[in-house]
Order: sequence, then structure tokens, then C-alpha cells
Amino acid sequence: MGTSQREKDTNIKNKKTEDDFVVVDNLVKHFPVRGGILKRVVDWVQAVDGVSFTVKKGETLGLVGESGCGKTTVGMTMLRLLDPTSGSVKIDGTNIYDLDRKGLKAMRRKAQLIFQDPYASLNPRKPIGDSIMDGLEIHKIGKAKERRDVMVDLLQKVGMQEYHAHRYPHEFSGGQRQRIGIARALALKPEFIVCDEPVSALDVSIQSQVLNLLQDLQEEFNLTYLFVAHNLSVIEHISDRVAVMYLGKIVELAPCDDLFIKPLHYYTQALMSAIPVADPEAKIERIILEGEVPTPINPPSGCRFHPRCTAATEKCKLEVPPLIEYRPEHWSACWHVEL
Amino acid sequence: MKKNEDKAVLEVSNLRTYFHTEDGVVKAVDGLDFHVNAGEIVGLVGESGCGKTVTSLSIIGLIASPGKVQGTIKFEGKNMLNLSTNEISEIRGNYMSMIFQQPQSSLNPVLTVGEQITEVLHIHKDIKKDEAWDEAIEMLRLVGIPAPEKKVHAYPHEMSGGQAQRVMIAMALILKPTLLIADEPTTALDVTIQAQILDLMRGLNKKMNTAVILITHDLGVIADMVSWVAVMYAGKIVEQTSIKALFAEPLHPYTQGLIGSIPILGHKKKRLDVIPGVVPNLVNLPPGCAFASRCDQKIEVCDQKMPDLIKLKPGHEVRCWLYQK
Repeated sequence: MGTSQREKDTNIKNKKTEDDFVVVDNLVKHFPVRGGILKRVVDWVQAVDGVSFTVKKGETLGLVGESGCGKTTVGMTMLRLLDPTSGSVKIDGTNIYDLDRKGLKAMRRKAQLIFQDPYASLNPRKPIGDSIMDGLEIHKIGKAKERRDVMVDLLQKVGMQEYHAHRYPHEFSGGQRQRIGIARALALKPEFIVCDEPVSALDVSIQSQVLNLLQDLQEEFNLTYLFVAHNLSVIEHISDRVAVMYLGKIVELAPCDDLFIKPLHYYTQALMSAIPVADPEAKIERIILEGEVPTPINPPSGCRFHPRCTAATEKCKLEVPPLIEYRPEHWSACWHVEL
Repeated sequence: MKKNEDKAVLEVSNLRTYFHTEDGVVKAVDGLDFHVNAGEIVGLVGESGCGKTVTSLSIIGLIASPGKVQGTIKFEGKNMLNLSTNEISEIRGNYMSMIFQQPQSSLNPVLTVGEQITEVLHIHKDIKKDEAWDEAIEMLRLVGIPAPEKKVHAYPHEMSGGQAQRVMIAMALILKPTLLIADEPTTALDVTIQAQILDLMRGLNKKMNTAVILITHDLGVIADMVSWVAVMYAGKIVEQTSIKALFAEPLHPYTQGLIGSIPILGHKKKRLDVIPGVVPNLVNLPPGCAFASRCDQKIEVCDQKMPDLIKLKPGHEVRCWLYQK
């Protein structure tokens, strides 16, 4: 699994501009698979394999794909909750993999995470007010009284009340817990937030409350989001630009409107047509994909989508398609793009 | 409207499923009326805790103590609630079957899928072992399992979620039941796999003329699959009508809110509508309409009395004071 096999998506790197707040360059994360008595490494899960993109200040980049495509690993590795196999991530100009402990701690004030499962991501033995103040205490921000004021202020920002601060997580519904998770992420006044499936565990009527809240907060604090989700309708709603992942690679990257009007990659097209649309009059030409997502341990050669693709040719089996800009800002990694 | 009561396979009237708990009586399902015609796909839609799963479990007779089921569930003319356990076992799997949300945890992990599918045949039919085995392979082929003669020997853990759901469908449909209850059959699956399973269910519904009750929280799946839909809220049906009418002209404020609050692909809007508040606690519901506290069109009477489900026009019923005289 040497670097020589890995084609480099260098063309994106050259497009870097001044207002790029986050720059991810050729990020690779492979997990070892151990086996045998000696627990030797027998294989590698290629969870993320050469992913490059940028997120502009104040923008929402949607990262969409099915289970196992590596979208969550990208989010985790970008915040250095996982160490990368190779590649670099620059947040506000600093390569976060070069930072020492102290530098990393300072970086965490800038970049935060909202988790998918609001039931598992809050400490059940801590009143939620304390959970929200944790970050402030770790970074020694303000006196106890000031920290409390910040916490109460945050609770109100996310639509909750001061008296909720003394309660424990089990006393809240899923939607309320997700609001608490958001308040906690905001406590350190971050500039960049990775939202990892923040609404997928919620009921639809609650989902829209949380989505609207995230949009309001973005406007108020000029936040930059990486929004990871599997639901294309949610992604379309919230994103400015969208990256579509399949088996560890970005197959398409485009401004939201452009992507949904004219998806270039066959996988994106199939993904979009697979969504049941809440409109009984809608006439959808459904592309039903054959088979299932292969394992990322030994992903297919060439274009990783070729075994399920209707347009696959010999070339797709042999050569990895590079991510190329076919239309302004609209990139696709496919040998058979029809414009 | 094609809602013709003559050929109804299932008629549910005044279904009440209460759970007597220490905190009080939880009225999970409270006065449900609907029916399903032969070969029709009917949707039950609602959010968590609205009673849609309890409804399906009540129909198929899987409610355990402290739950109590009352009312009538008429299946092919017989009231399920008056039948003995043996009689219900005879119906279950044979005439009425069910698939669940988590296919992996609904299958027995220590038996091969072939053993589990043939078990259904051996229970209900006098059939030789190898004939049953052949039938199982045939059924697996019908539900689109590749190389069924090999996969029939596989254990559930060797299958993906999509394949496991296909096995569940095979098991549920092998005796060609007249009614299939599908409880969130695709919620645990990825979208491309969901599309495959929905396509399969639609095909089998046509081919075998099995009526389906599709239970889901996903309005997209509902719009895609069903012809008739009932929207549930806090244990009651608040609106039921044809799928086209539901989206063209939703009457109940809850339905309107629900449709407005989902992002719909290709209809991007700046902000989503919001239903404020949360679903009420089902223990000791207030006397009025259960949705009143979240409703933006509330009038005085809403807090005092529960409205009836009335037929506002042919094929469109709604439970809301705004439409009652």
C-alpha cells in the first residue's frame, strides 16, 4: 500500500485561495486488520484513501456517502481524533499534524465536533450544565461565575432554559440532547465545527428544529461547517458545496445547486435517484444499483465503483480516474463524464 | 375512491392497546379504525412513540403483558382477539406475516438461513425435507439473493443488512400470506440498498397479490410505495386518505407541519418549517387534542375535547376541530 500506487489529487491543491479556512490535502487513513495468535497485521482497511478538499470561511461543506464510505473517518482525522496514515490538514493556516500537545490544545478551541448519537455523547453522571462548562474549565477560561454565565447564555442560544443546567442527560429527549451537544461544541467559540450526522438519530419534526438552529448559529457566529450525513435531502438543504464519497475516495465535489441539477458521476446519479421523494407526483427514473458496497479491505481496482456501475468499461477496471474539474468548481472522478 | 369494504382483508375498529404501568396507563394505541384491501399497500406514518409499531404488534398478536388489546381486529372475517393461541399460530406465518426493522437481530444467529426458512414450511405444511429445502432456494432466488443454492447454507452474520432483509422477506412470504406487515423495513439500510428492497417489495406485492401494511417515519418511502396512508399522532389516527390527497391537500396541522419540516430533494428552501415542542408523554394525556400544545392553528375547544375522526370528503378523513361543525 505504498504511496506509489496512490494517485495524487494534486490538481485541487493548486486551486487553493485566500479564504480557504480548512485545507485537506491527500488525506489517507488506513486501519490495520490484525489476525493470528501474534496479532500481526494481516491487512489494511483503506477507510480514507487520498482525499483532498477545502472549506471556505463561513461555508458549509456537505460530505455525503453510504455507511462505510469513510465520511466519519474523514471528520475524525481532520480534528486529529485519529492520526492519519499520511496527508495534511491545515486549519486556519496551521498544519494540525505538526502541532505538539500544547499547540493541539489551542487548536481544539478553534475546531469542535457535534456527534451523531446524542444518547451516547453526553456523560450520564454529569449535570448537562457541567458538561457544557467542561471545555471552559480545561482551557481555564474565565472565573467560575463567568463560566456559568457563558453556559446559561449558550443554553438559551440553543433554545433551552437556565433551570435545565442541573439536570442529567437521561431527563432530556433526543432533540434536547442534541441541542446540549451543540451548546457544548459552541462553548469555546470555535470557528470550525465538524457535524457528524447531527440529525440522523432524530424524528423528522425535531430534525428541522436542529437544522434551523445550526443555520442560525452559523449566521450569528460566522461558523464554518463540515456537515457529514448520509441523507442527501438534508445535505442539499444545508450545504453550500457537497463532496460525495464512495469507498474512501471523493468521487464528486461541486457547488450544491450544480450538483443536484447535473450530477456527473454515475454513483451520485444512482444515489440521488435512490432517494424516495416525498412527492407522490414525482416521476423518477430510478437507477437501481446492483449489489452492495464492497469491503474497503480489498477495494476494487481502478475506479472503486466499477463493479456496480452501468457505464463501466475495461479502462475503469484498470485505471483510477482522477478528480477533474469538468465545470466551474464541479469536480468528478469518472472516466465517462457526459457533459 | 377504491376503498371498498367488501374485499377488505383486514378491518381494524376501535383498536385500543393500553399498557398498565406503575406510572399509570399508557394509551399507546387509542381507538384506531382502518382497513386494508386485498393486494393493497397501506402506509402507517408517524414519529417515534406515535403507536405505529404497537399497532402492528397488536394486529399480529405479539403484545405481551402488561399490554392489553381491545376492540376488533377482523382478519379475513375472523376477529383475531377472540382466537385461541393455536388458531393465531395457524394464521401467523401462513396468512399474515411480519418483517422488522433490524433484520440482523430478527434472524436466529445459530441457524443457517435455509433452516430458518424451511422451519416455516415444516410448521405449516406437511412437506418433505428436501422439498422444503428446494422451495427455500426458489424463494431466495425470487427475493434476489445471488447464488441461492450456496447462500441457503449461510449464517445470518455472513450476510449484509440488505441481504438479511431479503431473507426476512423470503421467510415472511414463502407461504404466500394475504397480509404482510412491514415495520420500518428499510430504516436500517443505506439508500441504494433501500431502493433495492422497496423495489423488491413492490414487485412481490404485484406478483403475489399480498396486501402490505408499511410502517415508517419516512414520508419519502410512503409517497413512493403506498396508495392509502394513515398519519398517526399520540396513539390516534389524525388523518387518513389516498397518498395523492395527503401531499396535495394535507388537512391536519400536524400533517402540514410534518410535510413542511422535511427537506425534499429538488425543492430547496431557505428554512424548514418547524413543529415546536415535542411529542407529549402518553401517560395521562390532557383531555383535548394531543397535538394542541404544538399546534399553530389552535382554537379554544382544542384544549377541552378530543375531536372525532370525521369524513370531510370522500376518501379523506381528518381528526381536527378546524373542520368540525
